[in-house]
Amino acid sequence: MRKKSFLQCSLLMSAAAVLALSLPARAQLSTVQLETWLNSPAATSHVGNITGNAKAAAADYRRYCVGCHGEMGDGNGENSPWLDPKPRDFQLAVFKCRSTPTGTLPTDEDLFDTIARGLDRSVMPPWNTFTKDERVDLVAWIKHFSPRWQNEKPGAPIQIPPEPEVTPERVKAGQEVFGRVQCWKCHGVEGMANGPSASTLTDDLGRPILPYNFTDGSRPKCGSTDSDLYKIFMTGLDGTPMPSFADNIKPDEAWDLVFYLRSLQPHNPFNAKEKQIAKQLGLKPVSPQ
Amino acid sequence: MASRKNLTGSLLLLLLVLSCFQSAHALPAFARKYGLRCSACHESWPMLNYFGQKFKDNGYQLMNDRDAPIWQNPSYWPVTFRITPIWHRVSNARVAEDAVPGSTTSSTVEGRIESSGFDLSGLDFHTGGTLEKNVSFYVLPSSDSTATFHFETVMGRLDNLFGSSWLNVKFGKFELDNLLSEKRILTLTGNGGIYQTYHFMPVGDGNIFGQIGDNQLGIEYMGHSADDRTRISASLLSSSDGNVGLVTGANSYTGFFTGSQAFDAGKLGVERIGFYAMVGEAATFYQTSGGVPIPGSGIGNKGFSRVGFVGQFYFGPHFDIQVVTQHGSDNAWFGQGFGSAVNPSNGTTCPTSGPCGPNNVPGTVLPATARAPSWNGATFEAHYVYSPQLIFIGRFELERMSQQATVGTPSNLGNITSYTVGYRYNPFMTSRAGFAWHNEYNFMHQDLTSFYGNNVNSSELLIGFDFDF
Repeated sequence: MRKKSFLQCSLLMSAAAVLALSLPARAQLSTVQLETWLNSPAATSHVGNITGNAKAAAADYRRYCVGCHGEMGDGNGENSPWLDPKPRDFQLAVFKCRSTPTGTLPTDEDLFDTIARGLDRSVMPPWNTFTKDERVDLVAWIKHFSPRWQNEKPGAPIQIPPEPEVTPERVKAGQEVFGRVQCWKCHGVEGMANGPSASTLTDDLGRPILPYNFTDGSRPKCGSTDSDLYKIFMTGLDGTPMPSFADNIKPDEAWDLVFYLRSLQPHNPFNAKEKQIAKQLGLKPVSPQ
Repeated sequence: MASRKNLTGSLLLLLLVLSCFQSAHALPAFARKYGLRCSACHESWPMLNYFGQKFKDNGYQLMNDRDAPIWQNPSYWPVTFRITPIWHRVSNARVAEDAVPGSTTSSTVEGRIESSGFDLSGLDFHTGGTLEKNVSFYVLPSSDSTATFHFETVMGRLDNLFGSSWLNVKFGKFELDNLLSEKRILTLTGNGGIYQTYHFMPVGDGNIFGQIGDNQLGIEYMGHSADDRTRISASLLSSSDGNVGLVTGANSYTGFFTGSQAFDAGKLGVERIGFYAMVGEAATFYQTSGGVPIPGSGIGNKGFSRVGFVGQFYFGPHFDIQVVTQHGSDNAWFGQGFGSAVNPSNGTTCPTSGPCGPNNVPGTVLPATARAPSWNGATFEAHYVYSPQLIFIGRFELERMSQQATVGTPSNLGNITSYTVGYRYNPFMTSRAGFAWHNEYNFMHQDLTSFYGNNVNSSELLIGFDFDF
């Protein structure tokens, strides 16, 4: 009996160890470390001709952000237990919305834009009430939370070729890409977030996560323009199961995919032409085969 | 010596109590819904900051596609109550009193009355939020300190009609679109707890319907840019000063218009300037029965207007100044006391602010010396925000008559100068509840309004626990 308990206990501990190892590593930061980083050159930011300073954002962070993101920037603010999705852990410095290749740090401008845009379908609202200076300061503040900013440079933004003209051929080609790289496995054959893998998805911290539903009229998390969509699947959403397809899709094909995805969305200011073409073509949902 | 020790001990105990407050586990309505701290929307609760104003302008929505109640836990109940137990000391100078107390034949003298003691504010039950995406409501039953309730706010609103932030409509009883909101005022004393500029009336004036600080009944269109930098609104209101039952305002309407533009001022913050204009008419003649005015029968409308500028100027994250100016003008009939011939709250008895006004029955003529009263006013309110938990407030208000209603009246009759200083300390700052230790002093001076036409000074010192839950 005791042997059985020991076995169970060992298995449980092994499972916990495996789980722990599979999660992104995070050192426990101290306020002393943060204070040190606050005074480091990395705790500055540059957007356009504005230079941000982390210290100048302390009051704004405390007033607006700390309830969710926490004093230590670890996403463990007092409201965190009740929020879904969870607030970003700035100590990990893993960000969904980037213009930089997967696995790299975002640019200051990426963070600057995310603050103003907010993240749809989360509690992060559009903080476009800040002045640009205040937002640039907040970017610097965010950067002081993670050792990554001390040791790494942001990735180089991906090159986005000029957007071509939308044509029926391109929309059709985009559908072919949608099927070939198996977007449908998560997003569903009609983009309704009901693919066979949809219910099994978790983020890098093991928390359940849903794919984007193209058909419900909600805004994509990282921006609504065609370029934003292009960036999403060419950089991936780090920390989520959405990978970068930069190695699988050529730039021209990426635009085709943008046009096809537009045709799945309900009417919005960006997709009148794509919807019309899809209707004319009588596009049927992709076949999982 | 012993009393000084006791005082020191009491203060230490108070500090200890204040330093030991822990966050409560219930939520004021909106903070509970979204999990944001009070400070996200309030410069200091209850005064909105720019983000809070945007939230309000969006129909109490963050615009993150999770605003509809279907996304909330079913147990979510959007109710907040607010009440303030206080201690205050009130001093009123030159109060008319009998020279011989108790005598009915005594002459009248002027004396100072001072009173102090523990007291209560009224109770507010705020309930509001979204019924569906872009459809929201707000209901606020409010009582005075004796628990006599009325509806301070009752409205439904439709926002982002046709997907445009420029098309928003509210309907019901609501606060006018004042950028410096009196309903979210940071001060609580009798005279300092309102903006004098929002309620000023010349001495003897009968027009109670131009008070922009009072919630009004009507419909409001409001539009704003996505980032709320540009805001416009236009309201059509019953000239009833928010009173129900069509006792007054049955046949008269008022328009209220605002516009403002905010500017990005770099490290200083977002600065805003704007204007407002209230233009309306109100009845001066009521049909009578047995010589008594019949409620709801008001006609003989006369005009009035209130126009002014508003400015919100930020000087970094800690200091700001808010300014409201006003030029007010009433028709000469109002200046002679016409306009409040019935009590707007119930139609039966005289207004509490004075005797019933005269009724402009056919044949009534104005005195030859009557003319339209007009005045200018300004409110300057400064805030030093040491942190989201501690704010210092200073306000200076002045109301100056520019033309009295009757020729020969002293030009400064009724002029008001008011000073208010105070601070609010929130011992904790969470999304769960609001609690402020409040301390405030107001001094108000009014020219020539005592019984014998002397200047009147009044003051009030107030200490209280202002909390909502």
